[in-house]
Amino acid sequence: MTEILGVPVAVLSGQLMLGVINGAFYALLSLGLAVIFGLLKIINFAHGAMYMLGAMGTVLLFDAFGVNYWVALFLAPVIVGCFGIVLEYFLLRRIAGQDHIYSLLLTFGIALILQGVLTNIYGVSGLRYSMPEVFRGGMNLGFMFLPYYRAWVIVAALLVCFGTWFMIEKTRLGSYLRAGTEDSQLMQGFGINVPLLISLTYGFGVMLAAFAGALAAPIYSVSPVMGSNILIVVFAVVVIGGMGSIAGAVITGLMMGVVEGFTKVFYPEGSAAVIFLVMVVVLLIRPSGLFGKEA
Amino acid sequence: MATTTTQTDIQQSIVRQQKSEQRKKQILNLVLLALLLLAPAVLYPVFLMKILCFALFAVALNLLLGYTGLLSFGHAAFLAAGSYTTGYLLSSFPGLTTEMGIIVGTATSLLLGLGFGLVAIRRQGIYFAMITLALAQLVYFFFVQAPFTGGEDGMHGVPRGHLFGLIDLSDNNAMYYFVLAVFLGGYLLVQRIVGSPFGQVLKAIKQNEPRAVSLGYNVDRYKLLAFVLSAGLAGLAGSVKTVVFQLASLNDAHWHMSGEVILMTLLGGTGTLLGPVVGAGFVVTLEYQLSQGPLGDWVDPILGAIFVLTVMAFRSGIVGEIQNFMRKNMS
Repeated sequence: MTEILGVPVAVLSGQLMLGVINGAFYALLSLGLAVIFGLLKIINFAHGAMYMLGAMGTVLLFDAFGVNYWVALFLAPVIVGCFGIVLEYFLLRRIAGQDHIYSLLLTFGIALILQGVLTNIYGVSGLRYSMPEVFRGGMNLGFMFLPYYRAWVIVAALLVCFGTWFMIEKTRLGSYLRAGTEDSQLMQGFGINVPLLISLTYGFGVMLAAFAGALAAPIYSVSPVMGSNILIVVFAVVVIGGMGSIAGAVITGLMMGVVEGFTKVFYPEGSAAVIFLVMVVVLLIRPSGLFGKEA
Repeated sequence: MATTTTQTDIQQSIVRQQKSEQRKKQILNLVLLALLLLAPAVLYPVFLMKILCFALFAVALNLLLGYTGLLSFGHAAFLAAGSYTTGYLLSSFPGLTTEMGIIVGTATSLLLGLGFGLVAIRRQGIYFAMITLALAQLVYFFFVQAPFTGGEDGMHGVPRGHLFGLIDLSDNNAMYYFVLAVFLGGYLLVQRIVGSPFGQVLKAIKQNEPRAVSLGYNVDRYKLLAFVLSAGLAGLAGSVKTVVFQLASLNDAHWHMSGEVILMTLLGGTGTLLGPVVGAGFVVTLEYQLSQGPLGDWVDPILGAIFVLTVMAFRSGIVGEIQNFMRKNMS
């Protein structure tokens, strides 16, 4: 067996792939956070809970109605997205003019409620979701074994990230969003329905989180608490990348996944902490983040 | 001539009003102090000590959140650092007097706060919250893996020891008055800080940071000092809590704890001295009552609902709203 730095290639590439997959989830989640932050200027503390709802939704849709994977992958994010719009309309909107600290605390409270209620109903041990038939098995690439589902996760996440980038940078709706990010009052003056745009943006950001959750359902343990720890990591990712650009959020997410994967090979004890350490280093050298614009 | 008399009249009446308000505050404080001194005769001392520890913790957070406008989402790290350090010292060195364990625990949190502060004050607003949360998670991982913390089980059987080598703290009443003294010390320190010129600069930073910069204040240094002081007080709360309960656990380091202390401060009233104390009393009592009843599993969602309700309906908190009400109806 060939080795690199005393580690078998199969182990290295295997961990690297797991890293890329984790990175794909970080990318999707930080993308959603960045989209919401851009227009609403708030940090969505309920983002982890929305990710969890997406995964739980996928499992429960199957258990209750026998909804298959492909439909759930579409339906769960849409339902969670609509739920997000309701939250925005009834709660977030009412404190829009206040200090941003309050919206952060409000979304934190929402996350506590969602996580707590679902924990009481389903427990923390995790629900089982069987892998869709198509994705069973994998292919041998010669140097490593690649399960089909993992390949699909990477492809799907990248497609959605690219689609989001395309929508925001190249379409008319996206141009409204970018204009609103610059100066929403002026936009309102041009006769664009900014409150509606804000609702839709929050709904969309939340939908991205739920999509990540639905994508995660077959490979990760699905439980009401699955969102809280990943959210903290994603916060660190967001601080590292800066929330200035869409591409920046995606690239940083993938990069941090890979860094985490490498650490698992060479120093397993540090893998949980490495992203936070990177954050500290980045803050000391470049406080605005790798892709950040503001000083 | 007539105008000057009215002016002096107004000035005098303002001074009189301020004096009477001060007197009212003094009376209120004395009444509260008397209640705290007599409380163990009526209520279980350990329960009261729990409230006092969390009240001190919330008072520490309020120095940042309420008076400097910085939302730290990582204060659990300081509580835990104080808690674990004191627990480790008192368990491992039987000859050590209790107050030494507490002092070293507090100093550890102070230093940790310096480290956190140097990194976190590089960003403002919500970034600050995210950074402190991430740093606290780092500390959490450290406590999970460090050999001396007992991992998931935590540290048990920490001896309460003797205060100054003289007073046996295993007696709950002695312990209570010691905790009360520590709490009052912390509370008065924060009161003193807030009222000092330093505290005025902190308030200026909260209200308008760019203006404070333009007035020539080195804002970062003020923020850092506020952060370190807050971290030290939080560590003190953690140290004392370990001595009271004779255990240090991972719960203290978890982000959940950071959220809980924010809730206490917010619910009681940020930027008021008494608010965090009231908030801590409310939350600790609520959690205790819920854990006794059929709703024991519903603590989290209920806390979350209180969060939402407070943010939506009364952002000034209990004490803040009462103050607003008094102000409106007195004048």
